[in-house]
Amino acid sequence: MDWTDQAIVLGARKQGEGSLIVTLLTRTQGRQRGLVRGGAKSRQRGAYEPGTLVTATWRARLEEHLGHLTIDPGTSYVAGLLDDPLRLGCLEAAVSLAELTLPEREPHPAAFDGLVRLLGHLDRDDGYAAAHLHWELELLTELGYGLDLTVCAVTGTTDDLAWVSPRTGRAVSRAAGFAYRDKLLTLPRLLGGQGREGSDIEDLLDGLTLTASFLERQALAPRGQGLPPARTRYVDRIGRLVAISRST
Amino acid sequence: MSGAEIDRLIQLLAKLPGLGPRSARRAVLYMLKRRDAFMLPLGEAIGEVASAILPCRICGNLDTTDPCPICADPTRDGGLVCVIEDVADLWAIERTSSYSGKYHVLGGILSALDGVRPEDLNIPRLVDRAAGGDVREVILAMNATVEGQSTAHYLTDRLAVTGVKVSRLAHGVPIGGELDYLDEGTLAAALKARRPF
Repeated sequence: MDWTDQAIVLGARKQGEGSLIVTLLTRTQGRQRGLVRGGAKSRQRGAYEPGTLVTATWRARLEEHLGHLTIDPGTSYVAGLLDDPLRLGCLEAAVSLAELTLPEREPHPAAFDGLVRLLGHLDRDDGYAAAHLHWELELLTELGYGLDLTVCAVTGTTDDLAWVSPRTGRAVSRAAGFAYRDKLLTLPRLLGGQGREGSDIEDLLDGLTLTASFLERQALAPRGQGLPPARTRYVDRIGRLVAISRST
Repeated sequence: MSGAEIDRLIQLLAKLPGLGPRSARRAVLYMLKRRDAFMLPLGEAIGEVASAILPCRICGNLDTTDPCPICADPTRDGGLVCVIEDVADLWAIERTSSYSGKYHVLGGILSALDGVRPEDLNIPRLVDRAAGGDVREVILAMNATVEGQSTAHYLTDRLAVTGVKVSRLAHGVPIGGELDYLDEGTLAAALKARRPF
């Protein structure tokens, strides 16, 4: 058994003294793990950092084996992010969520392509926060819990969509949802809604609260898991920026 | 082939870093042939260290005294605190003989993969030390990895309330390193952190 594919490193854990068990998100093979012999001692140690785009070759005698990986380093996005807590936090939030939610050995090319796009935004430092939010929505869709944010679930209108039903994941217009506003989630402007009055960073926080609600309840809670701490720390950091923007 | 006690010794030694079953067997054979000259003193030394070892209540270093010799040394600069992940990092920095401040051992780094959270680390004690008034600079000597630097940013946030200066180790070209052999990430970090020459 063997394959070669484009992949994004999601994480690496030491195995024994010199080897690594590397977790990858590949384009056509899905989330895959494999042993990299001598990886912990290798001069290419940087290639196993989360968020690095690589070409991976996996070999095993049987498909159910862990298998051995050979990694050909590609584009490393990490070095440019290490000094920026927000961008680094965004990267860690995305890779840890992919690691936690995507099933092993099940192809999700849309999730892979979305993560590659996000890495590009992080590298260029342009619109990465919005790209991250859209990627989380794509991830929900890939996991089978896609949200319908284009039309009001009650009236069928496409105008003035302000909320999302936490039960159905469908948009609700301001007029139809007003009576239930305390129970509905805000649909931010970033996702095509009318949201609420506030700064862009508050709008982003509304978006992250929206995706967190569905990721937690639909994708993670049934498996007895919660959101990864890295994502919580990223959202906390955004929350602190919101507090600063409100106080100035 | 050998007695149960010897087999147990081989199995225990084989768990040490750098040793496998074969090298553990060789080590045991070496000790069996040098019972008085090596094996008994080694057993005594291990027993003494095992009964005396304890974590330093100030910095978290492992030693046989509390506070550890570094924290108790009045000639070291108490205004500088170098934060490291593990005791192995403390030993590595001490080998350079270029740092005369004190240390703080975190006991790990934040890790999504291994589920290490802030409450699992020795962070409250660090904030207390920094807020104590004697510390003027905290040096974050974390690994140049995503997890290492995420931990460093988290610590910077936590230390912000103390008003103490926070710095971190430089990233770049290692001594003796040839640019042609460097990975892209290190080279990019070195370019980014260039300075007047």
